[in-house]
Amino acid sequence: MQAKKRYFILLSAGSCLALLFYFGGLQFRASRSHSRRGEHSGRNGLHHPSPDHFWPRFPDALRPFVPWDQLENEDSTVHISPRQKRDANSSIYKGKKCRMESCFDFTLCKKNGFKVYVYPQQKGEKIAESYQNILAAIEGSRFYTSDPSQACLFVLSLDTLDRDQLSPQYVHNLRSKVQSLHLWNNGRNHLIFNLYSGTWPDYTEDVGFDIGQAMLAKASISTENFRPNFDVSIPLFSKDHPRTGGERGFLKFNTIPPLRKYMLVFKGKRYLTGIGSDTRNALYHVHNGEDVLLLTTCKHGKDWQKHKDSRCDRDNTEYEKYDYREMLHNATFCLVPRGRRLGSFRFLEALQAACVPVMLSNGWELPFSEVINWNQAAVIGDERLLLQIPSTIRSIHQDKILALRQQTQFLWEAYFSSVEKIVLTTLEIIQDRIFKHISRNSLIWNKHPGGLFVLPQYSSYLGDFPYYYANLGLKPPSKFTAVIHAVTPLVSQSQPVLKLLVAAAKSQYCAQIIVLWNCDKPLPAKHRWPATAVPVIVIEGENKVMSSRFLPYDNIVTDAVLSLDEDTVLSTTEVDFAFTVWQSFPERIVGYPARSHFWDNSKERWGYTSKWTNDYSMVLTGAAIYHKYYHYLYTHYLPASLKNMVDQLANCEDILMNFLVSAVTKLPPIKVTQKKQYKETMMGQTSRASRWADPDHFAQRQSCMNTFASWFGYMPLIHSQMRLDPVLFKDQVSILRKKYRDIERL
Amino acid sequence: MCAAVKYNLRGPALIPRMKTRHRIYYITLFSIVLLGLIATGVFQFWPHSIESSNDWSVEKRSIRDVPVVRLPADSPIPERGDLSCRMHTCFHVYRCGFNPKNKIKVYIYSLKKYVDDSGVPVSNTISREYNELLTAISDSDYYTDDINRACLFVPSIDVLNQNALRIKETAQALAQLSRWDRGTNHLLFNMLPGGPPDYNTALDVPRDRALLAGGGFSTWTYRQGYDVSIPVYSPLSAEVDLPERGPGPRRYFLLSSQTALHPEYREELDALQARHGASVLVLEKCTNLSEGVPAVRKRCHRHQVFDYPQVLQEATFCMVLRGARLGQAVLSDVLRAGCVPVVIADSYILPFSEVLDWKRASVVVPEEKMSDVYSILQSIPQRQIEEMQRQKWGSVSNPLFLPLIPPQSQGFTAIVLTYDRVESLFRVITEVSKVPSLAKLLVVWNNQNKNPPEDSLWPKIRVPLKVVRTAENKLSNRFFPYDEIETEAVLAIDDDIIMLTSDELQFGYEVWREFPDRLVGYPGRLHLWDHEMNKWKYESEWTNEVSMVLTGAAFYHKYFNYLYTYKMPGDIKSWVDAHMNCEDIAMNFLVANVTGKAVIKVTPRKKFKCPECTAIDGLSLDQTHMVERSECINKFASVFGTMPLKVVEHRADPVLYKDDFPEKLKSFPNIGSL
Repeated sequence: MQAKKRYFILLSAGSCLALLFYFGGLQFRASRSHSRRGEHSGRNGLHHPSPDHFWPRFPDALRPFVPWDQLENEDSTVHISPRQKRDANSSIYKGKKCRMESCFDFTLCKKNGFKVYVYPQQKGEKIAESYQNILAAIEGSRFYTSDPSQACLFVLSLDTLDRDQLSPQYVHNLRSKVQSLHLWNNGRNHLIFNLYSGTWPDYTEDVGFDIGQAMLAKASISTENFRPNFDVSIPLFSKDHPRTGGERGFLKFNTIPPLRKYMLVFKGKRYLTGIGSDTRNALYHVHNGEDVLLLTTCKHGKDWQKHKDSRCDRDNTEYEKYDYREMLHNATFCLVPRGRRLGSFRFLEALQAACVPVMLSNGWELPFSEVINWNQAAVIGDERLLLQIPSTIRSIHQDKILALRQQTQFLWEAYFSSVEKIVLTTLEIIQDRIFKHISRNSLIWNKHPGGLFVLPQYSSYLGDFPYYYANLGLKPPSKFTAVIHAVTPLVSQSQPVLKLLVAAAKSQYCAQIIVLWNCDKPLPAKHRWPATAVPVIVIEGENKVMSSRFLPYDNIVTDAVLSLDEDTVLSTTEVDFAFTVWQSFPERIVGYPARSHFWDNSKERWGYTSKWTNDYSMVLTGAAIYHKYYHYLYTHYLPASLKNMVDQLANCEDILMNFLVSAVTKLPPIKVTQKKQYKETMMGQTSRASRWADPDHFAQRQSCMNTFASWFGYMPLIHSQMRLDPVLFKDQVSILRKKYRDIERL
Repeated sequence: MCAAVKYNLRGPALIPRMKTRHRIYYITLFSIVLLGLIATGVFQFWPHSIESSNDWSVEKRSIRDVPVVRLPADSPIPERGDLSCRMHTCFHVYRCGFNPKNKIKVYIYSLKKYVDDSGVPVSNTISREYNELLTAISDSDYYTDDINRACLFVPSIDVLNQNALRIKETAQALAQLSRWDRGTNHLLFNMLPGGPPDYNTALDVPRDRALLAGGGFSTWTYRQGYDVSIPVYSPLSAEVDLPERGPGPRRYFLLSSQTALHPEYREELDALQARHGASVLVLEKCTNLSEGVPAVRKRCHRHQVFDYPQVLQEATFCMVLRGARLGQAVLSDVLRAGCVPVVIADSYILPFSEVLDWKRASVVVPEEKMSDVYSILQSIPQRQIEEMQRQKWGSVSNPLFLPLIPPQSQGFTAIVLTYDRVESLFRVITEVSKVPSLAKLLVVWNNQNKNPPEDSLWPKIRVPLKVVRTAENKLSNRFFPYDEIETEAVLAIDDDIIMLTSDELQFGYEVWREFPDRLVGYPGRLHLWDHEMNKWKYESEWTNEVSMVLTGAAFYHKYFNYLYTYKMPGDIKSWVDAHMNCEDIAMNFLVANVTGKAVIKVTPRKKFKCPECTAIDGLSLDQTHMVERSECINKFASVFGTMPLKVVEHRADPVLYKDDFPEKLKSFPNIGSL
């Protein structure tokens, strides 16, 4: 048994696991077959098959399917070299057969990495708002370059989104305009965005000009036309889709049982004839007027009355009776039938509404299918089996519904809620193809916080991120590195920074101390630093700017970082306790002094407060523990504009870090208890250069908040009303019982 | 070959054993092939289970007795494989009707021997491997002997190895199958497609619309969502038992074991070896083996001879390079040896790629970058390598996985389990009803011998109060997912917990909102390992740590009621009801096990009127109670097969708790002490 188990280590264990992941309730019980010996005869309960009907057992010695020397002989008689084979492939497989290996020039990405160039906009060229948003998203991203010689990928400034000739947005003479671009190079390494192609009556997927070897990021693309791992299927989105930020999903509760008022709903146009009409014409068969509401209207187009059929009037009346949004919010499943084209707006609407999409669009390559496992968030139906849809969805287990519904929300917020997310997802998918061995796996894409926040360039090992400990069965990190941000020269041995250093070093969880010397004065001599049991490393800050405290220094050898301002006052006990708390919440910031944000109605902007309040939404990174990955994310994910603002003001870096972490986790930070001897603010008056004393300081922080919120497109900060204290904190029991007794002592 | 001889010598008596030797492979293979199809969505939500039954009474018959079918030279040939086929265009879905058994049914054509006009066989009648595969299907619950009920048809014509068959005649044989119908819903298995000199990457036998489970597909021949990519079976690794190797460093960092590589690859490998010395081992075919030593089982490096496939276990990474074909049998050997495959075969569709995430178990390197392969592998963190070697991903999947802080507006439902302490119950009701976020109060009347008090006697409260009567006096009644619970949040509270203030309860609810997937409660408890007794021990003393909260006063998600009632593992539920104890510990185990997270203890409260508290209160009662609770922990840990409880050292207090700050400005001023 042991050997067999090993033998199929991947095939059985791996696949079983995959099965569990992908197919939820599916059971795999092959290995238990022994217990069923002898019971087989009644297996169907209906009839007893005679032995003759089974596959017979052959006692003969059968020959293996491959003679032992066949493979070797074949391999040694190959004349064409691998290089020739590659060259041959790349010359044969063009156009509809394009793949990365045959139509993409990887060498352009070698030197500068994944840089995306956007052609300058030409005078007189009109660009519709949606395409403006796409271009703005690229230009605002960390991939953007304005230098075509640096670029790995090229994006046209000609609006290719709407290629329906009857549409007012249609750009004429695209063919010649594209051909005249001197960087076009027959479309090699170009990415073309498209939402609509073809027109009445056949709605082909042709974009109306020769795209050469360019990749398509296209909505409503069919599996027949989709070139796997080359094109990207994107969702159809409306011109009102927000550029950044985006609304959150509608799910507020995980209600149990997870069933809503309606089982299945749809509300939309019905086409009486032509392509895509069959399915919508048949929907009324399934509509039951109770929990399955499939409503169609004939009222669209100028002369609908002329073509209307006998059902139109009745259908239209039913259609008017129901409010679409009310249905959307109160349905467990939402039907997403094809329209004239394969994709429809219903898809994103359902996703956002946590209404599990039931796809009825045969042959549609679902959005981002290369990385998203849609079986975890949608039901993929078959137009031919429309009549079975109700019984199919009624048979879905409630646990599965609960999971599907949550996954719709995760996917919506991770990849779809804004144009920027759709564009960035597209780009990251392409980047992953180019740098295959540092790409995201399926778990990263399909699990919170999702592929846009998990940068594989940081590490290819999941355990190096704070999000997958439970998935990997790992314990959170057991040690931290204290990073002390020093800005004042070392003049006396009683300076707080030295006390702080000693206190941190004494923590049983401390692996090392890093002093980041961001002071204009030269480094103090080595012997000036106190002797500690752990190594003390002093590094001189680059440019001495504020953001340098969040650089992902290689010197930081632990996953946990205790970030400290030089004037912070902390005891070893406080550090110890905070670290044990962080181990329970390794994806969040765990710290001491907290701050809060609020919406200032009178000024119509976000306000910042450092007053003592009953809740908080930030903890200051002058004394906080968080995962080292956030250093990487801060440095590489955030745009230069925000980091520059922080550096120029020498302020707000902690606010920005809190924005970032809450945007990723969708959770508030955690405040732990601290000694109360420094009442007003722990950031004391001790330091002469204390930036907290500056009157502008507060105003700056307020304006930082509003700048940050506008870049994120929403306010990611979330309030918390609790503080975590030691279990016996201030309890009236003997202090000797208490492990963290120092925290209570003044 | 060796194996075949062996079995032949021992005769038919050993057939069952031979069968089990490979059966799991083929059952698994077939199951995943089906899943590949299922993944396409057509059958996504059909409840299905894959299992096989053993069958000892089937007919044994010789392959020589198989009926012969003569194919006329002019019999029809199917169209070539249709590259545009997809499930919705080429698959006849109505044949797979939604039958009450919810099983996809598979029919296998009976075995025939096909000969051409002049009596020359078209192919080997059937290979050992294909026979095993069909046996596995026939033994599975998918099998049907009724051709009219079948959704999938599997021809018994063996096309595993294209080299072993005559293409045109095999196609003719397919075309004359009774339900062929352009190959619709027919599933062919092929591991070695193509032939010299180009070696196509898909079976060349004209097969029209038939589905293909093939080894060695390239991205240009693979019809995504229609075909299934399967591994090329290696007879070698089936014959040798390799010991299990745990993750960790191996003698060689990188190994290449393929013998007939193209000189261009050979050059690259030699260069790798020259550059990196002893950490790279490039093996070749042995040239001077003594008589009788099987060459397939040996590999050589200069004069050193290595056993194959055993040598694969000595390496961290093993190369899988394309040869004449994209799909290489060496991949199976490498996986079986627990070596991490480094696949260098551009455009190759890795086996089962629709359902397996190969990025977690292999390294794919473009052929162009072959010279960089060493540095690419070196850049992989050691811990990730171990993860790949393990190839299994122990994981918790939290059913409430979405980070979500539910709005306060919904409130919570308090559930009071009561037997006959009416006076105390009424006090609890009165106290709890003062909590602003209380939405409804549910009294579970667990006394079958006595009626609950008349309606008029109950306290008048501002929220609906419902009394549910139970059929039996069971502790698990407290955790039933009653329809009357309309909120996500449930407060379980004993009928004697009267000391909790409204502020404390409201605060508890606020904390639960931040942790809706956890148990959030007041009385905290701990489990400890008793080194003397070598078992778990229950601790209610005043400890610095917490691993459980008692459900005598705790908030949790209604989902866990459902989980407790319907998904509690083993006999825990009946144990709890029989012992009239430990339902709270069981709930703690259940939640921790499914979420992998610790409980949250709220507020300083520690003293409650509950049996075990009496011990603390100095009344020296009920040592037996503590013993019983310890027993529960040990029992549950053995049922769960693990200790899921997580120990933490924190509790949640209001932000301004005990701060020197005006009480009237605090949201929750009235937090009791002990």
